[in-house]
Amino acid sequence: MELKKQILNLIAHQAKLSPKLIATMLGAEEEAIVRAIREMEEDKIILGYNTVINWDKIGSDGVTATIEVKVTPQREVGFNGVAERICRFSEVRSVHLVSGSYDLSVVVDGRDLKEIAAFVSHKLSTLDEVQSTVTHFVLKTYKVDNFVFEDAREDERLVISP
Amino acid sequence: MSSMEKYISSVVKSVPPSGIRKFFDLASQMQGVISLGVGEPDFVTPWHIREACFHALEKGYTMYTSNHGLIELREEIALYQKHKIGVCYSPEDEILVTIGVSEAIDLALRALVEPGDEVLVPDPSFVCYAPGAVLAYGKAVPVKTFNRDQYRLKPEELEKCITPRSKILILSYPSNPTGAIMHKEDLMALVDIIIKNDLIVIADEIYSELTYNGSHVSIASLPGMRDRTVLLNGFSKAFAMTGWRIGYACGHPDIISAMKKIHQYSIMCASIMGQKAAIEALRNGENEMKKMVESYNYRRRIMLAGFDDIGMSCFEPKGAFYCFPSIRCTGMSSEEFCERLLEEEKVAVVPGNAFGACGEGHIRCCYASSVSNIEEAISRMGNFLNRHRKA
Repeated sequence: MELKKQILNLIAHQAKLSPKLIATMLGAEEEAIVRAIREMEEDKIILGYNTVINWDKIGSDGVTATIEVKVTPQREVGFNGVAERICRFSEVRSVHLVSGSYDLSVVVDGRDLKEIAAFVSHKLSTLDEVQSTVTHFVLKTYKVDNFVFEDAREDERLVISP
Repeated sequence: MSSMEKYISSVVKSVPPSGIRKFFDLASQMQGVISLGVGEPDFVTPWHIREACFHALEKGYTMYTSNHGLIELREEIALYQKHKIGVCYSPEDEILVTIGVSEAIDLALRALVEPGDEVLVPDPSFVCYAPGAVLAYGKAVPVKTFNRDQYRLKPEELEKCITPRSKILILSYPSNPTGAIMHKEDLMALVDIIIKNDLIVIADEIYSELTYNGSHVSIASLPGMRDRTVLLNGFSKAFAMTGWRIGYACGHPDIISAMKKIHQYSIMCASIMGQKAAIEALRNGENEMKKMVESYNYRRRIMLAGFDDIGMSCFEPKGAFYCFPSIRCTGMSSEEFCERLLEEEKVAVVPGNAFGACGEGHIRCCYASSVSNIEEAISRMGNFLNRHRKA
């Protein structure tokens, strides 16, 4: 289990590390790394591999919004029933149950403002359990999943020092 | 312009110019150089430490501090050393905050060396000890260390170098440039010789947090050695704070007081902003520091595996962030190897002989660099070796 956690700590931010390199970094056998990753994929500990993209740089004009959703928990299933329904919409990127003044934090991607507005008014707000929503459109992205979006500075250390 | 050479002190003139200056000049003029020649972390100081400095400035901490350094910092240093090496120092009169360990080395040498005294310096080791001894009117005596011993300082080599004028032994482990460490038993083997010959040890432990197989052991923690040891440490390597220039010395009050006398007339005090940041580093910096050490360890293994792949022989360094591979298979001197590697493959490394005669036949490669840089540099070195390997 310790090896698996070590692997996850490495690939959490660098999904493309090869098993061979991970093995070198951890002082383990490559075969053990391959096996551990396969097991974690089968056990759904690793669900998939995403890419962190600065869409602005390639001129894409999609829109993202974070939506605060207040819901009425249901008998027997609590918050899970409605959360699972919201998850099914393909526009929805992530859903978290959170503490505080609202219940679900939902991140939605769309082509433009209208598309997200339509999703909220037609699909999300109309669910029986949903009491209210507050939509926050993302205006600018500074940091995602530990990656800062501004260009990194070059190595400014002295080329050779004692 | 007429020469002013005749005005320069003969002692200063007797110190040879730095062996790495030439490579610095060569490498910094070239484009597209990958450098494994740096001697500092590739991390920026953790944000919370930088923020402590901003806060200090906002609060108006811009004045002198006590010559010894801020008492809060000295208290934190005392706690830290007690926790790390198990030795207690009084914050009142046994700790002195300096401008990096470099100043502390100079102070210790100047406070202790009488003209003609001999300072025993591991060979190879960091570049400032021997010149520091000479500038203090002493004589530097190299104590040979060898690849076959993983560059640990062996008692028999130390004994060979001792004369009636021997006064100080420098111990700088984990070692720059070799990455060597001294285990407890290695240090124990030196203690009798040190005590029998009435030596004082200057222990430069700046890389103490950067060990990869068990914790650092300080000679100050061994029986009979506390008062004989001037313990030097600082923030540059463990907390990625090289540019802040904050170090310190711990030791017997008589020695610290003598060092303080020089410090108060030449330096006055370390900058208060740096000292405030150092307090934050000691109070809350452990987690970030551990992450950095873990990251060095990954890259240490990558570099070692890379050298193995290209057939470059290197003992496993257990400390600091350097590998010290042998280049004997090329038949070149370290300097020739480094110059040609730079010209032909645009990879900068430091010739081993810059750190002492025993470093000849080796190069220092720093793995505080990105994984892609390390891999590219090693691949280029592989090409170089393929062209120049002799049998």
